[in-house]
Amino acid sequence: MKKVQFLATLFFTGVMLTGCSDDSPELINEEEVITTLTVTLTPNATGTAVTLQTRDLDGDGPNAPVVTVTGNLTVGATYTGRIVLLNETESPAEDITLEVEKEADEHQIFYTFAGLNATAVATNNDANGNPLGTKFTLTAGAASTGSLTFTLRHEPKKPNTGLADAGGETDISASFNISIQ
Amino acid sequence: MRIYVLLLLLLSNFSAISQNCNNTLSGKVIDLHDGSLLGGATLIVAGTEQTVVSDIEGNYTINNLCDLSYNIQVSHPFCLTKGILVKVNGNMTRNLYLEHHLEELNEIIVKGLSYNQKSNSIIEKKIGGDDLERFSSGSLGDALNSLSGVSSLNTGNTVVKPMINGLHSSRVVIINNGVRMEDQEWGAEHAPNVDINSTDNITVIKGAGALQYSGDAIGGIIITESSKVAVKDSLYGKTISTSASNGRGGSVSSQLTKSYKTGWFGTAQGTIKRFGDFEAPNYMLSNTGIFERNASFRVGLNRFKYGFEAYYSLFKNNIGILRASHLGGAQDQVRAINSSRPLIINDFTYDINSPKQEVTHHLARFKAFKRFDGLGKLSLQYDYQQNSRLEFDIRRGDNRDKASLDLKLTTHSVMLDLESKLSETLNLKSGMVTRYQNNVANPETGVRRLIPDYDKYDLGIYGILDYRLNDQWLLEAGGRFDYTFMDVFKFYRTSFWESRNYDELFPEIVIEESSNQILTNPQLNFYNTSATLGANYAFEKEYKISFNYSLASRAPNPSELFSEGLHHSASRIELGDLSFKAEIAHKFTVNFQREHDVFSFSVNPYINTINDFMVIEPTGIQQTIRGNFQVWEYRQTNAQLLGVDIDAVFEFARNLRYTHQFSLVKGYDQFRDNALINIPSANTKNEIIYRNPEFQNLRLALQSDFVFRQNEFPDNNFEVFIPETQTTEIVDVSTPPDAYHLLNFNSSMDFNMNEKSILTLGFNVTNIANTTYRNYLNRLRFYADDLGRNFLLNIKINY
Repeated sequence: MKKVQFLATLFFTGVMLTGCSDDSPELINEEEVITTLTVTLTPNATGTAVTLQTRDLDGDGPNAPVVTVTGNLTVGATYTGRIVLLNETESPAEDITLEVEKEADEHQIFYTFAGLNATAVATNNDANGNPLGTKFTLTAGAASTGSLTFTLRHEPKKPNTGLADAGGETDISASFNISIQ
Repeated sequence: MRIYVLLLLLLSNFSAISQNCNNTLSGKVIDLHDGSLLGGATLIVAGTEQTVVSDIEGNYTINNLCDLSYNIQVSHPFCLTKGILVKVNGNMTRNLYLEHHLEELNEIIVKGLSYNQKSNSIIEKKIGGDDLERFSSGSLGDALNSLSGVSSLNTGNTVVKPMINGLHSSRVVIINNGVRMEDQEWGAEHAPNVDINSTDNITVIKGAGALQYSGDAIGGIIITESSKVAVKDSLYGKTISTSASNGRGGSVSSQLTKSYKTGWFGTAQGTIKRFGDFEAPNYMLSNTGIFERNASFRVGLNRFKYGFEAYYSLFKNNIGILRASHLGGAQDQVRAINSSRPLIINDFTYDINSPKQEVTHHLARFKAFKRFDGLGKLSLQYDYQQNSRLEFDIRRGDNRDKASLDLKLTTHSVMLDLESKLSETLNLKSGMVTRYQNNVANPETGVRRLIPDYDKYDLGIYGILDYRLNDQWLLEAGGRFDYTFMDVFKFYRTSFWESRNYDELFPEIVIEESSNQILTNPQLNFYNTSATLGANYAFEKEYKISFNYSLASRAPNPSELFSEGLHHSASRIELGDLSFKAEIAHKFTVNFQREHDVFSFSVNPYINTINDFMVIEPTGIQQTIRGNFQVWEYRQTNAQLLGVDIDAVFEFARNLRYTHQFSLVKGYDQFRDNALINIPSANTKNEIIYRNPEFQNLRLALQSDFVFRQNEFPDNNFEVFIPETQTTEIVDVSTPPDAYHLLNFNSSMDFNMNEKSILTLGFNVTNIANTTYRNYLNRLRFYADDLGRNFLLNIKINY
């Protein structure tokens, strides 16, 4: 009988000790999620800058990203491109671009044009001299309408000949419908 | 209390005064080990030299005794002679217990009869002894895979999750050394945390009918046990080491037992297992190494009337997950599936990098029992488990070395069980269990909780009757009731909360709202009933047919209720449902078997109808900034599983035997009128074994393992537009791989080293032909082939 009492005491003490942590748990904000990609295209000559943005504040929640394009590109113009990645689930928003640039050798951004008469070349590199691509130059050609896709690959093969053989994991795949006028 | 003492004093006084020599001492002579009645035992009363012999039912009577202490010597041809001191005080009844000769006790253990039957009318499959030791460097799942009707859901070749008759995870209960494993078992990529070397015998019950263990084992129950320790003075042990070419590693396991004839015993056991990257026939499977360390200790006292045991085990495992299986969205999936080789292949290494799992499981158990005359064997058990699970993904920046998942699951249970013999033909097992469980997800991960923080309370009560009608018929009936209460703290994404209409359905559970998440406190109650009814009919000595109906109810697990987000290891978004109710299964099985020296077989058809079966299936595509992801949602449906398991053994020559196994299971979703996902395909195993006990106990075995293609599967393929290539691609996540055939070879020989020690050498080859294959139930089949040829060398020393 003593044994039963002892065990029962042991059990309920255990229950109480572990069961007492009734404080509500701590909120976790996703630290790594990229909610927002903003591309600023500043014309090298005169003109207004064009901003492309995709914003998905609930991450992999049910809401689709909100995509905005502020204007058209100009025929024959050259633009300086700058990509900024943010995690806006945190307050203040965390600038993920810094992290990506710090680990430049493990990241690369690719630009894919479809139906759009334009080209883009990365202007910043990693320590090994391979392109990173958070900064780039975009040259618009003849008038056309199509899409521009930015793809961020984590741990790609470097150097590579393009997306097809880069491998790695896709951290961002964002498409924008644009016109060159 | 004082009154009792006074009364006692008074009585003893009284008896001392009135010396009386007309007392009778009577009772039964009983076998200490199995409780059988011993007729023909001789009792000699020292001093008076009076001699009596017990009758055929063990009864004895000694007359003309005074109120004195007598030394009675009891002897029996099968037992150790024993002297017993009896203080006679009036007419008395006293049962006397004798112990078997030690030799006999050993024989019993060698024959494996020291294990109890778990259920009388459901088929039980066992694996133990040499058959189990051959899997020393593998996992529990590997060993179970060798039984008919048992398959596994794998993640690579080191995460092996057992499946019984097509069901797995929460539907399969594992009882490890008497303790129900609570180790986040709901996850498809979570293998049971059991060291195969810490167990001597594994029993699989293909059904829920063993209600003393649980009421929710819709698939079945797996029970691992240690051999009973002989009641004699002895010190023995064994060491098994295995080296394998594939994975360039191996394992070493040692066990030492000390026992005393007083019933005391102690056992210590440890295992270390290490492998580097495994290899498919044509390439390295990068980051698939494993590093496992286990230890267990047991001490106890084993007497017929009472005993106790304390047990502790530690299981620690680091498992690498194939690097090429860690993907972004659907476009990465397309690339990986369409490539014939894994996208990442590196040189061989023992290093285990992300993605990986690190699991530590502590298990402690204290059990005591006592046999009460007229009541039966009463056992009380307390057990404690703590499961820490860390999962590491490929991460960026400061989070690189931080786990993405960090869960600590703690469980306490108290069980009280009573086994009573109500009459010669009627036995009752009854008992109750209370359990408390707590899950804590560490917020430091910086990743939203996959499984929320919760407290869970269980209360269960059961009773099982078995009745032997006559030599042919044995009937069994049982019932169980379980109550479960869950107190959960769950953060929902506001967008999900609203898209599911939970804001209107469950507004009362909201505690706090932040900018994009809502903290809720769901409190859930489940009342589950389960039952079993069966009969066993034996005829013509070697035939037996049994029927069983089992009703089982299972409360939804935390993953089915609360999943809500990206599951990295599956590269899909998984969504649970807060409004799920318990699923209820009705399983009917028949088992027809023949046990014969030359030709034995068993045929075991079954049908399992499950209402509100929880299944996860794709429902659509979700756009995110990372691209498109497939969404898998849990839903409840009515399911039906039917199948048959066949075993046969044919001893066609003196040292030569042929064994055959065939398993078939079909699963249907009755709402959608479609096949269920992840149902094992038909398979057959055939083996020829040559054994020569006269020549170093030589054993040679050639095994063929044929797995058919699964032709019945739901089509969950989806289309995805890839902006980079401007193409629409089909992501084929449904089509099962082709059938395959593997050949394996096993051999072993025994050598006597000295009087006490035996050395056993074994040489095995698996996948002799180095066949390239993929298995439908391997979650990594999209990304890589399964294992190539493997040479194994086993060295075992018994001492």
